[in-house]
Amino acid sequence: MIVKEFRQLRRDRRTLAMLIFMPILMLVVFGYAASFDVKEIPVRVLGPAAERVSAVLPDPFAVEDVDPAAGREEAVTALRDGEVPVVFLTTESGLTVLVDGSQLFIATGTKAAVSAIAERAPQGLAVDVEILFNPDLETSAIMVPGLAAMILLFVGTIITSLGVVRERQAGTLEQLAVMPLRPADVFLGKIAPYFVVAALDMVVVIVAGIWLFGVPFRGSVLALALGAVLFLFVTLGLGVLISSVSENQGQAIQLALMMLLPQVMLSGLIFPLSSMPAGVRWIGYLLPLTYFVEIARGVMIRGASILTLWPSYVFLAIFGAVVFGLATLRFRRSLAPAGRRRHEAEPELEAVAS
Amino acid sequence: MSWGVRGMTVRFGDHTALEGVSLEVPAGRVTAVVGGDGAGKTTLLRCLVGALAPDDGEVRRPDARRIGYLSSTSGTYPDLTVEENLAFSATAYGISEAETRERAAAFLDRTGLTEARDRPAGNLSGGMRQKLGVIRAMLHRPELLVLDEPTTGIDPVSRADLWWLIARAASEGAAVVLATAYLDEAERASWVLALDDGRALAEGTPDRIAAAVPGTIRTSTARPSGDAARRSWRRGARWRTWSPDGAGDAASQGDPVRPDLHDAVTVAALARELERSDVGGEAA
Repeated sequence: MIVKEFRQLRRDRRTLAMLIFMPILMLVVFGYAASFDVKEIPVRVLGPAAERVSAVLPDPFAVEDVDPAAGREEAVTALRDGEVPVVFLTTESGLTVLVDGSQLFIATGTKAAVSAIAERAPQGLAVDVEILFNPDLETSAIMVPGLAAMILLFVGTIITSLGVVRERQAGTLEQLAVMPLRPADVFLGKIAPYFVVAALDMVVVIVAGIWLFGVPFRGSVLALALGAVLFLFVTLGLGVLISSVSENQGQAIQLALMMLLPQVMLSGLIFPLSSMPAGVRWIGYLLPLTYFVEIARGVMIRGASILTLWPSYVFLAIFGAVVFGLATLRFRRSLAPAGRRRHEAEPELEAVAS
Repeated sequence: MSWGVRGMTVRFGDHTALEGVSLEVPAGRVTAVVGGDGAGKTTLLRCLVGALAPDDGEVRRPDARRIGYLSSTSGTYPDLTVEENLAFSATAYGISEAETRERAAAFLDRTGLTEARDRPAGNLSGGMRQKLGVIRAMLHRPELLVLDEPTTGIDPVSRADLWWLIARAASEGAAVVLATAYLDEAERASWVLALDDGRALAEGTPDRIAAAVPGTIRTSTARPSGDAARRSWRRGARWRTWSPDGAGDAASQGDPVRPDLHDAVTVAALARELERSDVGGEAA
């Protein structure tokens, strides 16, 4: 029995690769990326005493910009647009630290660091911490947009990945291939239901989040919808791509999980990107979920507009074009007569009467 | 209109699945492709419907809208009901809802599937699922109906229903091609192509193939000994022995029988096998 299991395992190369690759992936993800400790907080220092304050700011604050001429309005704009998570605003009466509440761990880290500074500071220095967008630092406020993103990823990738492979296993894919349907019809027919289901799921989660947990929705619905559509194209394309390279549903699930795990861990959905070492953080910037989480949180919690979040939309559009294009090509191949796949360079020998 | 393949060769890597096979499938005729496992039946049918492109040769087939195909699986969706399966197929082939309803009802009724029309195809017995598969394949009145082993593993009653559907499709003008491993069943077809190891072994009407058997076939209760053992096979409770020249050897002790399609195809395969072993023997 043991020998038989080992023999079967050896033949199932994909599972074997997964058994070896997964622990390494988990080690990298959890070892490096899974950290709630914020080691560096990028800040902007504004107001009349900006120069003086920026010179003495201790770690973990890293001054990115100093502007003595700017005031509160500029500070709020910078936070809403996601340019920095923290702004030190100096005024005649003292120092106000404005914090973006949509970045939970940075906000908590900032509060702790600022109280440490205040303890050490000379008597009479008033430091106020003002948390914007999510003043009570509610976890639900940041988790609901994240959850919406997760649902799109889950339905789009895992559920769709089972679609094509199920047809292959049931022997109906060949039936579809000889039916008078164009590959584009079959492709759209396969993904359209998942598109609708994922979109509905997302609406339900967001509406429930707003009603049950009081999660704010400050931005435009259209801005979120556009981001969701772009992200859905990426996830559905990924699902079809996985499906077209998998022999059976087990393999499809394995591959889909391998695509999902790094996205969930490294996209900033759970662990803040800023707390990851640079060596791992760049992986996060290669993952589509990172950009949709940015859009969902930006639009819902901070009320950011498309104009300020445009790089995320552009990245999603690029991911979408590449993944969807590859998925379409692979899918066409799945439906093409098998011989043409074997001998693509061979001349066409068939004569099809019309 | 006649469809078919000419000089068709299909290779999978080093293995030649079909070599120079030709077959005409005229309208209104039921053609059976017979052969054992690995003979190339499925490969031929897949090429005919366009699921597989041949390496060499010519395929004449109608437009996809006028082909009906039942793959070696039933090609039905297990999680859709009988009616939903038929509705999906009807929509894909562009048949009107009224025609679908009328034809489907008639076929389901004739084949005893009416009661099961709301059941998921996955819950049907093998025979019911095959009948559904054939109904699905012929619902749109195809000009070419290709059925891959529609009756394999099916009980005699369901098999009779399936043959009713096959005959109905041919009477509607379809060129019907079906693969089968059962020679008794192939005798019901108007035309038979026997394949062996990817090559045509015999072709013609079942009667003509049977009549063309060279030599004599004799039947006996015991297996003959000596050289004749190589030319004998068991059929039912008795043994049959083929003498290529009809002359007397151990086999002549039995009673001569009039060969049928089963005997003819067995003899053709035996002759090829003996020829191969003789050539091999001489070469060695």
